[in-house]
Amino acid sequence: MSKVYETVIGLEVHVELATKTKIFCGCSTEFGGAPNTHTCPVCTGMPGSLPVLNKGVVEKAIAVGLATNCTITQNCKFDRKNYFYPDNPQNYQISQLYYPICRNGKVEIEVNGQKKEIGIHEIHMEEDAGKLVHDACDGASLVDYNRSGVPLIEIVSEPDMRSAEEVIAYLDKLRLIIQYLGASDCKLNEGSMRADVNLSVCEVGAKEFGTRTEMKNLNSFKAIARAIENERERQIALIEDGKEVVQETRRWDDTKGYSYAMRSKEDAQDYRYFPDPDLVSIQISDAWIEEIRGKQPELRAEKQARYKEEYDIPEYDIDILTSSKKMADLFEETIALGAAPKKVSNWLMVETMRLLKEHEMEADELAFSATNLAKLIQLVESKAINGTVAKEVFEKVFAEDIDPEKYVEEHGLKTVNDEGALRKVVEEVIAANPQSVADYRNGKEKAIGFLVGQTMKAMKGKADPGSVNQMLKELL
Amino acid sequence: MDLMQLTAVELGKKIASGEVSVVEATQAALDRIEKLEPDYNCFVTVDKEGSFAQAETIQKKIDNGELTGPLAGVPVAIKDNMCLEGMLTTCSSKILSNFKPTYTADAVIQLQKAGAVIIGKTNMDEFAMGSTTETSYYGVTKNPWDISRVPGGSSGGSAAAVAAEEVPYALGSDTGGSIRQPAAFCGVTGIKPTYGRVSRYGLIAYGSSLDQIGPLAKDVTDCATILEIISKHDKKDSTSVDREDTDFTSALVDDVKGMKIGIPRDYFGEGIDPDVKEQVLAAAKVLEAKGAIVEEFDLSLVEYAIPAYYIIASAEASSNLERFDGVKYGYRTDSFTDLHNMYKKTRSEGFGAEVKRRIMLGSFVLSSGYYDAYYLKALRTKALIKQAFDRAFETYDVILGPVAPTTALKLGESLSDPLKMYLGDIYTVSVNLAGLPGISLPCGFDKNGMPVGMQLVGNAFDEKTIIRAAYAFERTMSYKRPTTLRERGL
Repeated sequence: MSKVYETVIGLEVHVELATKTKIFCGCSTEFGGAPNTHTCPVCTGMPGSLPVLNKGVVEKAIAVGLATNCTITQNCKFDRKNYFYPDNPQNYQISQLYYPICRNGKVEIEVNGQKKEIGIHEIHMEEDAGKLVHDACDGASLVDYNRSGVPLIEIVSEPDMRSAEEVIAYLDKLRLIIQYLGASDCKLNEGSMRADVNLSVCEVGAKEFGTRTEMKNLNSFKAIARAIENERERQIALIEDGKEVVQETRRWDDTKGYSYAMRSKEDAQDYRYFPDPDLVSIQISDAWIEEIRGKQPELRAEKQARYKEEYDIPEYDIDILTSSKKMADLFEETIALGAAPKKVSNWLMVETMRLLKEHEMEADELAFSATNLAKLIQLVESKAINGTVAKEVFEKVFAEDIDPEKYVEEHGLKTVNDEGALRKVVEEVIAANPQSVADYRNGKEKAIGFLVGQTMKAMKGKADPGSVNQMLKELL
Repeated sequence: MDLMQLTAVELGKKIASGEVSVVEATQAALDRIEKLEPDYNCFVTVDKEGSFAQAETIQKKIDNGELTGPLAGVPVAIKDNMCLEGMLTTCSSKILSNFKPTYTADAVIQLQKAGAVIIGKTNMDEFAMGSTTETSYYGVTKNPWDISRVPGGSSGGSAAAVAAEEVPYALGSDTGGSIRQPAAFCGVTGIKPTYGRVSRYGLIAYGSSLDQIGPLAKDVTDCATILEIISKHDKKDSTSVDREDTDFTSALVDDVKGMKIGIPRDYFGEGIDPDVKEQVLAAAKVLEAKGAIVEEFDLSLVEYAIPAYYIIASAEASSNLERFDGVKYGYRTDSFTDLHNMYKKTRSEGFGAEVKRRIMLGSFVLSSGYYDAYYLKALRTKALIKQAFDRAFETYDVILGPVAPTTALKLGESLSDPLKMYLGDIYTVSVNLAGLPGISLPCGFDKNGMPVGMQLVGNAFDEKTIIRAAYAFERTMSYKRPTTLRERGL
C-alpha cells in the first residue's frame, strides 16, 4: 500500500518598500536609470562612509507588522550579515537577526471555503544588493549599484502551509495587505516581491517534519505553484527510493520545469552576524506605534464592507473590484468624478477583465486613468456614442489612456442625433430591402433586426440603435 | 625663530594680525618637511601645490574678513585614514595605495571651514592596527626624540610631525590609544574625545564602536581650540551627538582647587616602568599642590580590558575591512583565475601581517559557535568596565594615570612579540571601551631622556574638566622641544 504524504511549507517573502529614498542614504530608489546614477559613497561602500536609517522604512515595516498582527519590537537593532559578493559593496549586508522589528504575527487565508491561519515568525528590515551585469563582449562582469540600499522587508512565515493553493492564497493575502498599505507595489515579475519556498514532506501523522529544501528564483504565482508540485514529487520519489532528502538551496528553472541544487547545508556560509556598530538601536515608543496604527489606510475587508453598504453592488463584484488595490482605486476615483457606481463596476467587471485576460495582464498593471473612464461613461450616458462605439473607444482607453472625448471627436464617432438625416437613411434602407419589409409586415418581427443592422451600417455605426428601431417601426 | 616652533594658536594670532602671511606659514611647514622627512618619515603624502593654492584662497578670506577663527591660515596634517576628496588616502596600506576618495571626512571639512591649510597626510600603522607605526606599507616613522625609537601608534606620523615641528598641529584617530600613546611617546599633547563627540563620517573605520578623531598639538590650548572646531553634530553619522557644550577653550583655566582626582591603584602594579610610575605620581603631587584632592582607589577589571578590546576591535575590523576586495577601488592582484581567487590574492597581497592577524582573530570570534563565548562575553565585559568607570566618577572628577607602561620602545622591539605590544595598551583601551574622553600630555622624562605621558580621563562629555586639569598642570612646566632638534640646530 502506498504511503500518504503531507507537504509542509514555509515562506520567506522579500518585499521592496516604496520609499522615495534608500534605507541608509538619500539616493533615489527609482527603478531603471542609467547604471550607477542613483548612488553615493554610502550605497557603493566607499571607505569611511556611514549608514543613516531612513525613518520611512521603519514606519512602513511597522505598518506591515500591525496589519499582519505582529508584536512590534520596541528596541530593535540592525546586524551585519557578512559574505563576499560583488553586488554587495561592503561585503556585508545590513539586516536584522537578533532583534527583528516584528514578531509573532498571523494572517488568515481561505482556500476552497476553508479558513486557516498562517503564522508569521518575524519581519525584518534589510538593504537590497546591487545587480551584476555580465558583459558578453569581453567576458567582464559589471556592477550596477542603483538597487544597492533599496529597502526590503523579509516576512518569514511559520511552516503552516500544506499545499500550493495555500501558498498562493497566503502570498495573495500579503500582497493585498501591503499594496493597500501603500508600502510596496509587490510586483513579482519586477522583483519588488520575491518569495523563497521552504518545503519538506513527511508521512501524514509523522511526529517530525522531513528535511527541507529552500527554492529560489520564483517569479510568478504560476512558477511558485509549479515549483511546489515538482519539489514535492521529487522529495517523495527520493524517500520512496530509500534515499535521503538533502538540506540544500535549489534554483527553479520555470521554462524547463525543474530545479537544481545551488548549495547544500555543508557549504552554507557562516555569516558571522553581529550588531552593526554604525547604527544606534531604534526606540519605538507606544505613541509612535499608535500614530502609525491611526494612519493605517482601509484594508480589503473594511473596503468590502463599505462597498456593500455604500454602493449596493453584488458581493461577487466587490470581491473582484477589491482583489487589487489598483482596481479598487480606479473604481473609487471614477465614482468620485461623478460616474454611477454600477456603471463603473460594469466597465471594470466586464470589459476591463476581458481585456486583461486577452493581454495576459494582472489588474495591478492597469494603466488607464479614472478621468478617461469617467469621460467615456459620460459619453455613453448622454447617448453621444452608442454601446458598440463605446467598447471600441474603451479598448483605446485601456491600451493608451486616450481622452475619449477628443478621440470620438477626431474620429467622427458621435451618434448622429439629426432626425432628418436618420429618416433619410432609414427611408433608403426600406426602399432597398423590399423583401425584409414585406416579411416584417407579414408578421416576422425578427426581420426588423436586419433592417436596423443595415441602417447602422449605412450610418457607419454612428446611430443610436434604439432610435433606429423606433423610426423603422414608425415608417413601416 | 622658525614659525613651526610656535603653537597653532600663536601662529594663528600672527596670521590674523598680518605679521605672517598664510603663504609664509605654509612655506615654513613645507621647508621643515623637506628638510626633516628623510629622517622621520611622518608623511605618506605631502600636497605642496595644493597647500599653496589653499593658502592663497585662505589669505584672501582673512583679508576680507570672512575668516576670523583662531586657526585660520595655520597648516595642519591629517592622519591618512581620513578621506580627503581627490587626495590619496591610503590608511598606510598597499590595498589602498591608489585610492583617492570622492568626498572629505566631516572633521576635515570643519577644519577647512575654519581656514586650515591641509599640508598632507600622515603615516600610521596599517588601518590603525598597531602601537608603533611600524606596520605601515610606507615605512617606519621615527621618533624625533630618538630616531632609533618608535613614535608610538597608530597616529605616529601625526605625533612625530608635531614633535618635529613639521606642522603646528595634526589630526589623529584613537581606537585603543592611537592618539594618546604616540602623543606620550613624542612628548606632545593629544585628546581622544568622548565617543560621539566628533563625526566619524569619512574616517576609514577600524573598530567602529571605539574610533574617535582627535587633535595632536604642542599644548592643551591648541588641543582645546582644535577640538572646539571639529566637535560638530553630523547627521551623516548616527553615533554623532548633538550637544551645545563644545566651548572647550572656556575650560582653559588655571584652577584645580577642590577638583577630585582619583588614581587607580591597579595602574601601578606589575609591568609599569619605574620611571613612568615616578613621573606620573609626581605630576599628581603637582596637582595636589595646586589644590586638587588626590586619592588612590581601585578601579577594578583592569586586566580584562585588553582581551575585551582586542576581541571587539578585531571583530568589527574583520567586517569593516571586507569592502577592500579589489572590485571597486584600491589594489587588485595582477592575475587571477576567478572571482574567489581574485578576492584571495588581492587581500593576501594587499594587507600586511598585523591586519591579517586581526582579521583572522575577528572572524574567529564572530564565527558560529564562538560568538557567545568570545564576542558576547567581550561586550558584557565592556559594559562592566563602563560601570566601573561610572562608579569612579561618582566620587572623582578626573582619573589620573599613565598613558603607557613604558616610554617609546626601540624600533622592531615589539613587532616580534605582538602580545607584548597589545599589553602596552593597557591604560588606554578601557577608555575607548567606556567611550570616555582622555587627554595625554607630557609630564617628565625617563632616565634615557624620553618623554613620559600622563593621562587624564574624564566622565562622558566632560572634556572640559580634563582640559582644565591638564591646563593647570601644564602651567607648571614649559614645552620641551625634542633634544635632537636642539642639538642639531633644527
